[in-house]
Amino acid sequence: MGLDYETAVGLEVHAELCTKTKIFCGCQNAFGAQPNTLCCPVCMGLPGALPVLNRQAVDDAIRMGHALCCSINRVSRLDRKNYFYPDLPKAYQITQRDVPLCEHGSVQILVDGVVRRIGITRIQLEEDAGKLMYDDSADGILADYNRCGVPLIEIVSEPDLRSAKEAKIFLETITGILLTLGISDAKMQEGSIRADVNVSIRPCGGQELGTRTEMKNIGSFGAVYRAIEYEARRQMAVVRGGGVIEQQTRRWNDAKGKSCVMRTKEDAQDYRFFPDPDLPALEVSKAHVQALKHTIPELPVAKALRYIREYGLCAADALLLASGKERSAFFDSCAEHKRCDPISIVHWMLGDIAKILNERRMEITDTALTSENLTEMIALIECGRLSGTAAKGVLESIMERDVAPKKLVEEMGLAQISDPETLLKIVNGVLSQNSKAVADYQCGKTNAIGFLVGQCMKASKGKGNPTLLREMIVSALKQPKKPDQKAPVAK
Amino acid sequence: MKLYSKTAAELSGLLRKKEITACEILDDLFARIAAVEPQIDAFLSVTTDTAYAKARAVDEKLARAQPVGPLAGIPVGIKDNICTKGLKTTCASKMLENFVPPYSATAVEKLDAADAVIPGKLNLDEFAMGSSCESSYFKPTKNPWDPARVPGGSSGGSAAAVAACEMPLALGSDTGGSVRCPAALCGVVGLKPTYGAVSRFGLVAFASSLDQIGTFGRTVEDTALLFGAICGADFAHDATGRDYHFPGLLQRAKGLRIGVPREYFCSGIDAEIQTAVWKAVKQLEALGAVLLEVSLPSTKYALPVYKIISSAEASSNLARFDGIRYGHPGRAAGTMDELYSSARSDGFGPEVQRRILLGTLALSGGEMQKYLRRAQGMRRKIAQEFAAVFCTCDVIATPTTPATALLLRERKNDPAGMQASDLCTVAASLAGLPGVSVPCGFDHSGLPIGLQMIGPKFSEATLLGAAKSYETAIGGFAVKEL
Repeated sequence: MGLDYETAVGLEVHAELCTKTKIFCGCQNAFGAQPNTLCCPVCMGLPGALPVLNRQAVDDAIRMGHALCCSINRVSRLDRKNYFYPDLPKAYQITQRDVPLCEHGSVQILVDGVVRRIGITRIQLEEDAGKLMYDDSADGILADYNRCGVPLIEIVSEPDLRSAKEAKIFLETITGILLTLGISDAKMQEGSIRADVNVSIRPCGGQELGTRTEMKNIGSFGAVYRAIEYEARRQMAVVRGGGVIEQQTRRWNDAKGKSCVMRTKEDAQDYRFFPDPDLPALEVSKAHVQALKHTIPELPVAKALRYIREYGLCAADALLLASGKERSAFFDSCAEHKRCDPISIVHWMLGDIAKILNERRMEITDTALTSENLTEMIALIECGRLSGTAAKGVLESIMERDVAPKKLVEEMGLAQISDPETLLKIVNGVLSQNSKAVADYQCGKTNAIGFLVGQCMKASKGKGNPTLLREMIVSALKQPKKPDQKAPVAK
Repeated sequence: MKLYSKTAAELSGLLRKKEITACEILDDLFARIAAVEPQIDAFLSVTTDTAYAKARAVDEKLARAQPVGPLAGIPVGIKDNICTKGLKTTCASKMLENFVPPYSATAVEKLDAADAVIPGKLNLDEFAMGSSCESSYFKPTKNPWDPARVPGGSSGGSAAAVAACEMPLALGSDTGGSVRCPAALCGVVGLKPTYGAVSRFGLVAFASSLDQIGTFGRTVEDTALLFGAICGADFAHDATGRDYHFPGLLQRAKGLRIGVPREYFCSGIDAEIQTAVWKAVKQLEALGAVLLEVSLPSTKYALPVYKIISSAEASSNLARFDGIRYGHPGRAAGTMDELYSSARSDGFGPEVQRRILLGTLALSGGEMQKYLRRAQGMRRKIAQEFAAVFCTCDVIATPTTPATALLLRERKNDPAGMQASDLCTVAASLAGLPGVSVPCGFDHSGLPIGLQMIGPKFSEATLLGAAKSYETAIGGFAVKEL
């Protein structure tokens, strides 16, 4: 069969909210405490304990709903999902089934510079369960109930994603929004964001979705990518072999790069959902919903699109810049000064600055760097008063302390030499001492010019204006042959 | 002085006049308990040490003329499904045989703040599921009026302890009649407040949308005193509560419009009971009340609706008792499922298991869910019918129970017959309305009969006021000599 198939992926993203307290009690919501120290009768599900809904968690979920263009249900319900498991002390999870807080939304993702709109089915509020630890040295399984009652939002997408790559970008986009709103740490390694993946295939251009399989609780973006790739290939192989896809829940083993059947449709669990009688219907006022809407800042994808539009950045740079809250705020502040080319700002930020921050494992806000100082430095380069090489030293200094680059340049004697007479002396000296390079150049080895410029820079202790130096060398060596236009440009 | 037979109001007066001390009240009460408890079996635990500690603290405050709470020095027995910090709370179940809660119910906290003394925990049907106190894992409680008979349930221990003068006051819980029915059968006053009037925090849940902590006393005044001390908002712990302030009794028989629903005076209700209740209603009319015949046509559906809804909620509420943190997992457990089923089969008695099974079925997908939806629809209809009736009357008067106290074991193995004991009380529970049961005479064998009055939400002041008018008119309620 020569039919081509396309993949349809829907994701259910569980994100832990970083509220101060848990969703139904006053216990601290924190990661990494000693086991069973952040517990009370409510989150331990002790007999007689009752839940009281955390207002902040509701507000956070509504804000996420706004960010994903959802309609917010003024009246929603909290339901019980009943099942036995040792990490679930009440033997039911409080979640939202019939009427979630937010529904019918969408989110833009940027795939290879192209905007794709992915439908959001719903966002529901729910509580997290505890954590089981399989400790070989202990006799049995250990349970840590600290995580019980940590507020979660479950974001359910439509099956609009067409590839593993799109799914990964979707997850990155959702993470970016959570971080921008400041409602979740979104740390995969701490389990504060997890995904269930639904995969189906259908002939290209088909309207109806194929039978889907589900893989639950995948803990990293990379694993989500690999699981989808594997599952789509597996389904295509089944279909091409004349088989039929069965609805099933599969377990993804990232180490083996394989999934295996966990449950089929027949033994699907009956969760016996019903409205939790301990919690009245969740009502939110129109005014409150509206007020929360005004707290939504510009989100990363919208920001990236603006960068592309306003400053002509390439999509990759725009997205990278926009995806970090601190980074993009810094860039915005730099651009507002309007004293230098925004593209230069981006190059510095994503180049040297990012490198230093990475090495030091810091955010830009952890340094002394100010938008005034960075833009002043770049402006000095643009007007020829500071060389790119010398600027690296300046950058180090202005990241260490708040000092004006102009002042630094004077103090450190870094001012660029643009005086033709001084430069000519240097050029002549270098040419006379490097006859081999001169000869090479004249034989057509245009690379030699870079070496000669470098020698001039060295002779000027890095202060010579490299552009002028290059021009002077070229004209000094002027030959009938045209100088090479593609000579490397010094940064 | 015979302190044990005094009312809470009388004890309070004597204490404040310094004629007695809180410790003396306890001395007398513990002696009474020692004397009659072998016949009654109302207590699951007697908490002498903590009770005396509190009584001494109250006495010291009184001696130093420091301010004390409204229930200073008054002993209050607590049904053993209400959590008491540091004191065993068993729910009369093997499953919670050794459960010591690390926290107290809000109602218990409020009692402590009111300077009440807690001398013990009282017997009940296992997890409050039953109408005779016989499903208690530990022992059945006996009716003080005839120890061969049941006290009613599920708050049988509370009603019997108050009736036998082992306690002037007690807390119970009422889901479908569990305060009002035993109050009627033991000849004491029992109030089931409006749903939400008393915080449920710390009351071990049976059916969350119905459960409500209620109060027992030998007089209306005492019952109201206890209610006043425990009601009110608890927004930090109970999202289904309301901020209700009890203003005290609103005594007004004259002009009070009393609805008498014909559905509560029919076959299925003992003729002697109908006569006694009718006589009581006539007595109120003689005091100036206006009687109106009303109709609540959906009353006949109340029992099955209650059965489905309460069992559904119970199946979820009791799922946490899974053998991991409560109960005995048993050694045979291989898989998790085997562990759960062995622990739950071992830890729960037959009545509890029956309700969990019924409730699980009612919540299961497909056909069964139809019943739950219909039950919920009917529940709304029942509430609407009450609301309509309350447009024309202030309270409704009915019998509390269809029969007087059963013999022990008479219906122990007839679960459906047993549940019919709640025939007259479940409708008000489904509608979230307050109801009070007051003694209104005896049957031919000398067993107490109860008059139930039901009012609109948060009408406890009117309801208890009407009850008080009746009590005064008949010259007070009889107390059984033991």
